[in-house]
Amino acid sequence: MRFGGLILANLFRKKIRLALTLGSFAVALFLFAFLGVVRDAFNRGADVAGADRLVTINRTSIINPIPLSYRDKILRIPGIKCITHNNWFGGVYKDEKNFFPQFVIDPENQRQVFPEFSVPDDQWNTFLKDREGAVVGARTMERFHWKIGDRIPIKTTLYGGGSWEFNLDGVYHGKQAQDDETQFWFQWDYFEERIPDRLKGNIGWYVLRVENPDESPRIAKAIDQEFANSPYETKTETESAFAAGWVKQFGNIQFLIVSIGSVVFFTLLLVTGNTMAISVRERTAELAVLKAIGFSDRSILFFILGESLAIALVGGLLGLLLATLAIPVLANALNGMLPNLILSPKLLAFGLFTALVVGIASGILPGIGAMRMRVVNALRRV
Amino acid sequence: MVKVDGSGTSSLIQVRDLDKTYHRGGEEIDVLQGLNLDVNQGEFVAFMGPSGSGKTTLLNLLGGLDVPTRGSIRVSGDEITHMSAGKLTEWRSRHVGFIFQIYNLIPVLNAFQNVELPLLLTKLSKAERRDHVETVLSVVGLADRMKHFPRQLSGGQEQRVAIARAIVADPTFLLCDEPTGDLDRKSADEIMRLMEELVAKYHKTVLMVTHDPLVAARAQTTLHLEKGVLVEGRKIPQAIPAGGVE
Repeated sequence: MRFGGLILANLFRKKIRLALTLGSFAVALFLFAFLGVVRDAFNRGADVAGADRLVTINRTSIINPIPLSYRDKILRIPGIKCITHNNWFGGVYKDEKNFFPQFVIDPENQRQVFPEFSVPDDQWNTFLKDREGAVVGARTMERFHWKIGDRIPIKTTLYGGGSWEFNLDGVYHGKQAQDDETQFWFQWDYFEERIPDRLKGNIGWYVLRVENPDESPRIAKAIDQEFANSPYETKTETESAFAAGWVKQFGNIQFLIVSIGSVVFFTLLLVTGNTMAISVRERTAELAVLKAIGFSDRSILFFILGESLAIALVGGLLGLLLATLAIPVLANALNGMLPNLILSPKLLAFGLFTALVVGIASGILPGIGAMRMRVVNALRRV
Repeated sequence: MVKVDGSGTSSLIQVRDLDKTYHRGGEEIDVLQGLNLDVNQGEFVAFMGPSGSGKTTLLNLLGGLDVPTRGSIRVSGDEITHMSAGKLTEWRSRHVGFIFQIYNLIPVLNAFQNVELPLLLTKLSKAERRDHVETVLSVVGLADRMKHFPRQLSGGQEQRVAIARAIVADPTFLLCDEPTGDLDRKSADEIMRLMEELVAKYHKTVLMVTHDPLVAARAQTTLHLEKGVLVEGRKIPQAIPAGGVE
């Protein structure tokens, strides 16, 4: 037996207490991981946004349209490589719970502006020729068990309402795991044809790629100046700023998640700190004996921190393992309401690091108390 | 030969003009006053005295668990009263074996592991530690109880494990605070026989605090603490009668 053996023996002194404390860590780390992936899912748009992409929206709000006629004027500004436009369709497939994002796209420029989404050429060519065609992300395709050639009805309450039908011509895949594969794209021409006259000629937003990302501020300024004092003033920003603004529509998700996460860890700190304090108090005489027979104050602190760190490590790993197993199941249960829930190695490492910090914090005060304890006083109390 | 007049010159433990004063609620309590003591290697000394007379305080000072208000304590030539806390801890691990009234074994460790504890502070290999532990557990008669946990042992057996733990690192001297105080007569007798054996056979130096005159009588010398100073007692020659001690 060396010091590790002594730490291990003490850990198993009260098995129920050990199990409950490990359980507290496991639950807290599971919650942490879940909140983390949700936060990442919301922020991913900003994280993966192309550095060379700008988004132009109506200055008033993203729900206000801008004219399609701005396209050519924007393209005249030097430094722009290509431009496309999108509209938000806001429909559902059969039922309200079957939500996924549908976008009206400009097929001619979509692939130039969003090269991270790949569609097989033959499928894309079919789509281009099919006025009622649609291309869907692989996750949504899988979710509804669709196949190429299916006729897909989408109900919407916008644009005059009703059920729109599409031919599924293709499926797109993201090039990276975090790319959003839940979108549903269909053609601008079909959209323009079916919407009421008063809405025709308006798009939701422009997305453009610039030649040189360093020139983005200048180009954004030039676009907004071009349409200043017009009935449809614009706001042009980087795609990441646009994505962050989009997320803000749901409320301050970041603040909410960080707040809940902080409360979880603070509660965990109180629970484990109290457990360690009780555990040390119960062993006052034993620790005093160890000091009497020659164990240094530092080794006493080491024993106690060793115990709290071991609990944090094992409980934390359990929680993260649970999260690794459960998050894909939860992601499926959420039915694509959120983009991909990905438990990244970075998040796992940060979770474990936080657990270890809580482990140290919960053991440090009882450990310092035991370190400073005078042997004679401790033995007199027994 | 134990001396209390400060006249010893080459004794193993040499205490000179030792004072210990406690401060409680603004009041000063002089527990030890100008105490002198000389103990040689292989001597067995019992300290007696009424409750609060300072017996345990003296033991704590000799064991480096507490620091005196004044005076000096030398053990094997080392002056311990001026040592830092860290040095004292290290000194204790090499020189002092503690035996307490209520054994103070670690309940989650078995007899072998409890006895091994002081050796974890040494550089001995695992095999060497095992040899040492098995040897001392044989000396205390518990070779067949090595894997037993404290809750599986009787009080007497627990105290024998505690004695094995105290002697396993071969300390310079043993300090025993009421080692039989929690035991029945038979067990107490066995413990005292073991202590006598440690002194007679292994030349251990033992300093023991006790309330019990019959237990004290097993020591070679009994000293009484009266008003903070040591007074030499008479040697009680007879052995504990069959049936043990009261």
